[in-house]
Amino acid sequence: MDALLAYTVTGIFTGAAYAIAASGLVLTYSTTRVFNVAHGALGMLMAFVFWDFSVRQGLPSWLAFVLVVFVVAPLIGVFVQRVLARGLGEAPVGVGLVVTVGIFVGVIGLAQQIWPPAARPLNQFFNQSGTHIGSLFVTWHQILTIALSGVVAVGLYFLLTRTRVGASMRASVDNPELLQLYGGRPDVVAALAWAIGTSLAALAGILLAPIVGLDYYSLTLLVINAYAAAMLGKLKNLPLTFVGAMGLGLIQAYAVGYLPSDAAFSGLRAVVPTLFLFAVIVLMPQAQLRIGQVKGIVSAPVASLGRSVSFGGVLVFAVAVAVVFLSNSNILLLGTAATYAIVMLSLVLLTGYGGHVSLAQFSFAGVGALAYAKLDSPNLLGLLLAAVIAAFIGALVALPVLRLTGLYLALSTLAFGQLMDKLVFQDSHAFGFNGTLTAGRLSVLGIRFTDTGSYVVLMSIFFVLVAILLLALRRGQLGRVLVAMRDSQAGCATLGLDVRWLRVGLFAASAGIAGFAGALFAGLRGTIGAQDFQFFSSLLLVLVAVVWGVTSVTGAALGGMFLMLLPVLQSDNPSIAGLAFAVVGFGAVALGRDSNGLANRLFVIGRFLRDQAFEVVRSMPDLRGDQDLDAEPDLASDEREVTDHAAAASH
Amino acid sequence: MPPLLRIENVVVQFGGVTAVNNASFSVEPGRITGLIGPNGAGKTTCFNVISGLQKPTQGRVEFLGHNVTHTAVHRRARRGIGRTFQRLEAFGSLNVRDNVRVAMDIRGGFRGALRRTTQDADLLLERVGILDYADDAADSIPTGTARLLELARALACEPKLLLLDEPSSGLDETETEIFGELLRELASEGTAILMVEHDMDLVMNVCHEIHVLDFGSIIASGTPAEVRANPVVQKAYLGYSDDATTELEPVKP
Amino acid sequence: MSVPILEVIDLHAAYGRIEVLRGVDLTVPKGAVVALLGPNGAGKSTLLKVISGQMKQTSGDVHLGGVHVQNPKPDELARLGLTTIPEGRSVFPNLTVEDNLLLVSYAGVPARDVMDTAYSYFPQLHQRRSQLAGTMSGGEQQMLAMARALASDPALLLLDELSMGLAPLIVDELYETVARIAQSGVSILVVEQFARTALRVSDYGAVMSGGRIVMTGEPNEIEKDMADMILGGVL
Repeated sequence: MDALLAYTVTGIFTGAAYAIAASGLVLTYSTTRVFNVAHGALGMLMAFVFWDFSVRQGLPSWLAFVLVVFVVAPLIGVFVQRVLARGLGEAPVGVGLVVTVGIFVGVIGLAQQIWPPAARPLNQFFNQSGTHIGSLFVTWHQILTIALSGVVAVGLYFLLTRTRVGASMRASVDNPELLQLYGGRPDVVAALAWAIGTSLAALAGILLAPIVGLDYYSLTLLVINAYAAAMLGKLKNLPLTFVGAMGLGLIQAYAVGYLPSDAAFSGLRAVVPTLFLFAVIVLMPQAQLRIGQVKGIVSAPVASLGRSVSFGGVLVFAVAVAVVFLSNSNILLLGTAATYAIVMLSLVLLTGYGGHVSLAQFSFAGVGALAYAKLDSPNLLGLLLAAVIAAFIGALVALPVLRLTGLYLALSTLAFGQLMDKLVFQDSHAFGFNGTLTAGRLSVLGIRFTDTGSYVVLMSIFFVLVAILLLALRRGQLGRVLVAMRDSQAGCATLGLDVRWLRVGLFAASAGIAGFAGALFAGLRGTIGAQDFQFFSSLLLVLVAVVWGVTSVTGAALGGMFLMLLPVLQSDNPSIAGLAFAVVGFGAVALGRDSNGLANRLFVIGRFLRDQAFEVVRSMPDLRGDQDLDAEPDLASDEREVTDHAAAASH
Repeated sequence: MPPLLRIENVVVQFGGVTAVNNASFSVEPGRITGLIGPNGAGKTTCFNVISGLQKPTQGRVEFLGHNVTHTAVHRRARRGIGRTFQRLEAFGSLNVRDNVRVAMDIRGGFRGALRRTTQDADLLLERVGILDYADDAADSIPTGTARLLELARALACEPKLLLLDEPSSGLDETETEIFGELLRELASEGTAILMVEHDMDLVMNVCHEIHVLDFGSIIASGTPAEVRANPVVQKAYLGYSDDATTELEPVKP
Repeated sequence: MSVPILEVIDLHAAYGRIEVLRGVDLTVPKGAVVALLGPNGAGKSTLLKVISGQMKQTSGDVHLGGVHVQNPKPDELARLGLTTIPEGRSVFPNLTVEDNLLLVSYAGVPARDVMDTAYSYFPQLHQRRSQLAGTMSGGEQQMLAMARALASDPALLLLDELSMGLAPLIVDELYETVARIAQSGVSILVVEQFARTALRVSDYGAVMSGGRIVMTGEPNEIEKDMADMILGGVL
């Protein structure tokens, strides 16, 4: 009986903290239509600021608390809304996700840069003292947290239902333009919502930090628990969000208390919120197709088949030359880059062509690697089978979200990444806790590629093949249909296209490509473990892909190279490790609104150079009028593509 | 023989607002049916119910004798319901020709993957009179042209029933005349056309039958001549007509 | 003669490449009610959008109370005494009647006065004050919109398609309210499809077609040719 009471108190405490964080998330989402993936990261940042004020600078705890919650956090919130997340409410869902994931990663980088990894104990408020309820000892900190969640609930209720600014917050959800005609200021309302939302994230972060520890990741990922709770209220309803948070807190506490303590269940406890989230998603009602004004997106040029083949050949040749001169460790790095580049190709298909965002692409790579290692048949069949298994898992992730909008698909991938990270990959049937598996090098048609150099050349061939396949797809029927679906789902549906199942197919194909890359990677490394496919890397992947251009194959190649160099750079210069993340994160914030990325800017430069060089040719009568309509008359961009590949390869 | 399309006692409520109130009518092959009424009378909502984008609160939609009230949007399209949109839904990232080719791709499925659709698409563009725009991006063409593009796109799926939502807005007088001719041609080929339209000249000229929708209900039905003479219609459009009675009497066709 | 409350001079506006207003000239004298009529797609609503600051003109000028306004924000204009009741449902459906009225106070009138005015004109709204606006009938919602026109004490009132989707009897009641607001000295520009009803309460009428004002005059002059303009000569 005492144990039950103890778990209940813990559950209510955790639930109270979730409720505080989740209500902030709901407030910002419902007033500005921006789902802030970085909500938890901002809470983490604020907890570090609180530590800095109270421990490092020695301010009294209460003063540090007041400063952070009522001054620093609101200011940051307003800055994020006004500068970083400006206009995201009207942008496609994918753009909003990429930008807030950028803030997520950027904030983690910032925190690492300012407060490098070190032990930072943080005491509970009131120095762990507490009181007895019956025979149970409850700390004042826990009581404070529960009380504060009540204060937040009552405060938000009062704000939203009893004040004019609260009424205008609810009004701007419905119709911001009309609110302006009333004389209200939607921008002020939005800024206020973000100020309060960020304060609540800070409050939750500060209250949880002494319990879960002052850590960059665990505090940040609490956002997943928070939005699992918020999802119960469809990201809109605050009372249901509180119910969800409390329920989640209790379930989690009871899972700790009552699930058998053997290893099989240890991971399960960590993923209770994720399972809760999946359950809520499955139970959500069907979303209706949106009808609205369609805006086209200018896409990066698509190279013709002949050109992609010839330039792919040049790329493979460049890699073959490079492996002759490079040291073994550098060849391994080049192979890693090829892996990343292929994973990025999976995003070119999903995000660049299809407009959907996956935040768990490395988890699918991990599935492919795991399948490849477990199948233990290092040949083409084993490789393809691994890809198919990853594709199947991808379809399983997309299926529950079949009836919902793109935001929920992305959120469920985030949950899936967590699930793989904490439960599946660590399981003894998979890689095992801190364990590794061995995988053999691939043999193609009886030829074994045991030598690392030749294996990397083989990987580059696979990259080129997948790229050519994607480009062919983009030029063809399916590519057109994908772009059409990205532009207007309602338009496609009224032409007879089942957009929901095409989305599942697209998602599965993308997961399959990622799994393919993962299997190749397993062969490259020989031994692989869960740490090779961490969930956080998937976030970095999306950001790097968008920065370099997620609509073009060139962007994938450049992005793969960059993503490989990032950890190298960080281990060579540990002092700027955090800064590197911050640059990638905020770089994605800056560039995330144009998914064509840096690669397309290179194309533009290339076109400019061509125009200069071929001015004479151009002044002649145009004889190309009757050429194949699909071929993009774009020599320079392709030339540029190759020189960039070659330059990157010789690194 | 059941009619091609029949909607029966359809009610659509948003919150407490009734957008469509107990509307019933049917559409026959080879005929052009006009759906007219003041702004906000529920015409577009009716279209959304027929094409499946909006679930009705009550009522029933039958197509080709089958109950399709709960059938998904794409299945209705495959059975032969095509439509255009009042707020355009052309694929802005693609050029005009590819917009039509996408429709052919969807219609043909993957079996037709290698089919050359360029010429077929151009034939359709020529038919609706916008071949000159074939290579322009769909989000850069004038509204009237984009509406014709949506028509071409819908035609690519060879619909049995065509729902046109304000197809002539954005067209000038001559273009509207040519457009009316095209509608007659399509009808004579057996296509049923249901059209929401504000250009009364066009409606009165091409429609075989007209339903007048007001406050979500059908207040009058009949041939153009009958509807024109109906005092209830005058009242709906002008607020008050001197000779209109105060009671609204629904006119049965 | 006093300065007109609204003067629009050679106004052009476009959605993308498509020009919707092609040189509109329009004057609303202080204290007058002007009805703006015309077929669908003539540019009436676009004109109101430019005047209320929701849309930018490509060229031309708008003078409000003799002041040349440049790139105004709609909320600034609203606080300065321009009340716009846009087409369609111009209330917040998921807010209660009382919350809707609370927001009216952004126009510069204390919330208590807003509610006093609203409830004294429309006692029905008082009965429904804690009901969500979206669950009321169309007529009651439009009543709530009119309560804003009454209580925000505007210098100029822009009304767009007040009658949209409403029964003639209710439209008549709404226009009685418009007449009452006009008597209190408020200048009104009203866009309407129910032309006769609108002209009944107007001092002047203007007919728009193809992005231009094609006819202006006294209500009875306008009414004579109105059926032609609205229904293309078929009625």
